Amino acid sequence: MTKDISRRSFIKGGLAAAGAIAASSVPLPATVRGATQEELATLIDIRKCIGCEACVEACQEVNGRKFPEPKKPFPKMYPNRVKVSDWSDKRDVMDRLTPYNWLFIQESTVKVNGEEETFTFPRRCMHCQNPPCADLCPWGAARKLKNGITRIDADVCLGGSKCKAVCPWHIPERQTGVGLYLDILPSFAGNGVMYKCDRCYDRVEHGKLPACIEVCPEKVQKIGPRDEILKEAYSISKEINGYIYGEKENGGTNTIYVSPVPFEKLNKTIKKGPGRPHLKPVEDSMAHADNLAKAMVIAPIAGIAAAVGKAYSSRSQGKAGL
Amino acid sequence: MKSKNDYEQSGGKKGLRWIYILTFIVMAFTGFGQMPIFKRYYVSDIPGMGWSADFYLTHYIHYLGAIFLLGLFAYVIVDYVLSGRKELSLISSAYVRIALLGGIVTTGIFRVLKNMPDVVFSPDFTRFIDISHLGFMMLYIFLALVFLIMKSGWVVIK
Repeated sequence: MTKDISRRSFIKGGLAAAGAIAASSVPLPATVRGATQEELATLIDIRKCIGCEACVEACQEVNGRKFPEPKKPFPKMYPNRVKVSDWSDKRDVMDRLTPYNWLFIQESTVKVNGEEETFTFPRRCMHCQNPPCADLCPWGAARKLKNGITRIDADVCLGGSKCKAVCPWHIPERQTGVGLYLDILPSFAGNGVMYKCDRCYDRVEHGKLPACIEVCPEKVQKIGPRDEILKEAYSISKEINGYIYGEKENGGTNTIYVSPVPFEKLNKTIKKGPGRPHLKPVEDSMAHADNLAKAMVIAPIAGIAAAVGKAYSSRSQGKAGL
Repeated sequence: MKSKNDYEQSGGKKGLRWIYILTFIVMAFTGFGQMPIFKRYYVSDIPGMGWSADFYLTHYIHYLGAIFLLGLFAYVIVDYVLSGRKELSLISSAYVRIALLGGIVTTGIFRVLKNMPDVVFSPDFTRFIDISHLGFMMLYIFLALVFLIMKSGWVVIK
C-alpha cells in the first residue's frame, strides 16, 4: 500500500484535521502534562479504529526529522552474506513497519456471529515492561525509560539487528548507510541503525501526547498510568465480553489492545511476515534470565559456606593431630 | 622449598585453576556472542556451533557461568583470608587481575540488575556498564595472555 490521493485519503485527511483540532482543545492527561517518571501505557480499543491511517501519517510527519538520511553508495560489506537494508527509496510504504514507517494499520476480517466483520488496528512497538531488545542490546543503544517507553538511540546503534532477533514481534527495522558504524569499521562491523516507534518520547517529555494519539479522529488510543489503563481495558472488556492483548504478553507490555473477538482469531487473518507482527500469545522472554539472576545471590553464599567449612574442617583435623 | 608454581600446580589447586580457565573461556565466548558477530562471521555455521547464534541461549549460558564464577570467587577469597594468606602472598600481577575481575564482576552485576523487571538505569549509565563490561573483559584477556607468556602466577609462598 502506498500513498495515493483517493476518496479514502481525502476523507481521512479531513477526519485527521478534525481530530487534531479536537485533541488540541482537550486537556492532556495529568500524567502526560510535564515530564513524568511514572510507567505509562497506551490503550487501543480496536472497535473504534476505522483504518483511516491518520495516525500513520501523523507519525511520519512528527518523526520525519528522526528518519535516516543514508549516505550512498553504501560501504562494501564483508563477508558477502551481510545484506544491506535500504528503505530510503521506499519511504512511502505504509502497510508494514520500515525505518520510515513506525506504525501501520493491520486488518483482519473475521466471522462474528456468522457475519463477516473487518477490524483495523494500529500496530507498532509494544513497549514491553521488561524489553529484551533493551536488556540484550550489547551497546546500550536500546533502552527502557522510566515512563515505559523503549527507544533506540540512533546515535549509538550499530544496526546489528539483535534487537529485532530477540523481539517476540520482530519490530525494529534496519536502514543501512547511516549511524555510528560508518565511523568505526563500516565494512566489518555493524550495518546501519535500527528504527522503531519511540512513542514520541520527545513530545511526552514536553507534556504532549504521542502524535498517533493526538491526531486520531476516533480516539482509538489513550495514554495513562499502566494500572489505570489496565483498569479501563478490563472495564471495556467486561462490558463487551471482549479480550485483552498486551497485558501479560512477554511478561507485560505498555500497549494494551481490547477487542470484541479473540486475538487468536484476529491473528489467523492478519497479514504476517517481515514488518507485520503477529498477535500470538507470547511468553516472558526474560523469565529464565530473571530466575538465573536470583541464583546469582545464592552462589556467593554457597562459596563462602564451602570455604568456611573447609577452614573449620582443616582446623579440626589440625587439633585432632596435636 | 616449594615454588609458587609447585603450589599452583598441586592437586586441588590445579583442578580449580583449569575449571576457572574453562569457565572463563565459556564466559568470554558467550559474552562476545552477545554481539551479533557469530552468524555474520560463520562461527554458527561450524557443525555443532549453531547454538552460538541463539542470543537467548548464549545469554543463559553466560548467566550460568556467572553463577559459577560468583560462587568460585567467594570461595577463593574467603579461603585465602581464612587459610591461604598465612603462607601465601599475592604478587603484583595478581592485584592487576583482581582489579580487572572486580571491574568485570561489578559491571556484570549492574548488567544483570538492568535486565531485571522494574529496574531502569539512566541511558548514560546503561551505556557505561555495557561498554565497560566488555572493556574490562578485553583488557583482562589481553593481560592474562601477557601473564601467561611471562609465566606469572597469582601467589608466592611466604
